Amino acid sequence: MSVKPRIKLDRKQVKAGEIVEVKALVAHVMETGQRKDAKGEIIPRKILNKFSCMVNGKQVFAADFEPAVSANPYIQFKFKAQESGPVVLTWQDDDGSTIIGQETITVG
Amino acid sequence: MTVGFNRRGVLTIGAGALAAATFGGTMTALAANDALDLINKFTDGKKPVEGKVRLDLPEIAENGNTVPMTVSVDSPMTEQSHVTDVLVVADGNPRAGIATFRFAPASGVAEANTRIRLATTQNIIAVARMNDGSLFMATKQVKVTIGGCGG
Repeated sequence: MSVKPRIKLDRKQVKAGEIVEVKALVAHVMETGQRKDAKGEIIPRKILNKFSCMVNGKQVFAADFEPAVSANPYIQFKFKAQESGPVVLTWQDDDGSTIIGQETITVG
Repeated sequence: MTVGFNRRGVLTIGAGALAAATFGGTMTALAANDALDLINKFTDGKKPVEGKVRLDLPEIAENGNTVPMTVSVDSPMTEQSHVTDVLVVADGNPRAGIATFRFAPASGVAEANTRIRLATTQNIIAVARMNDGSLFMATKQVKVTIGGCGG
């Protein structure tokens, strides 16, 4: 699966201690496991159940999603920039696969 | 009109009961789904205090398939005092769980925004846990015109 998440940082060049806002959107059906198809059979659940954001290898934000999160899940959060490095966003699918997106932040 | 319990009727009664109970300051009413179970599991049976938590949702959601929701918690977010996790549940969906957000001092600000599905008019409840174990909560009712969990 080659889903490419769309990630936007409000600033990529910041001073130490400043707050950076992250917005991310990823294409995914987020099938709830409660809907039925035309034959009346339940469509199996398939959602992204976990999300995390690591900055320089340190977790700054994470979330567990339930089926009540909309399709093509959008997530927006903030973190405090301490040092330059990669900002890695990871979504975990029910089927065990992961979707990873990366940005870079420069602190100086 | 048929007499008896249809699904919508049951949900409405449950939501109303919980709303009444929340305003009355108790959390003992019966919810239509597992919302209270989830909250009790999260809080370990302790009672969260109203306040500090802010839930931003539209008063009326025309499309229950994607309702923007912002939850924020008033906290300095330092090593000494910060929010560790926030549970968000809905009392009128087939399943109550919406999401759990996990914060750290490195978050800087305890705020998250996502888009959620709401099956019907109901209450959204957010419970925040601080690093010292204290619990805070907020409730917000959203009126839903077209439900978002149908199939």
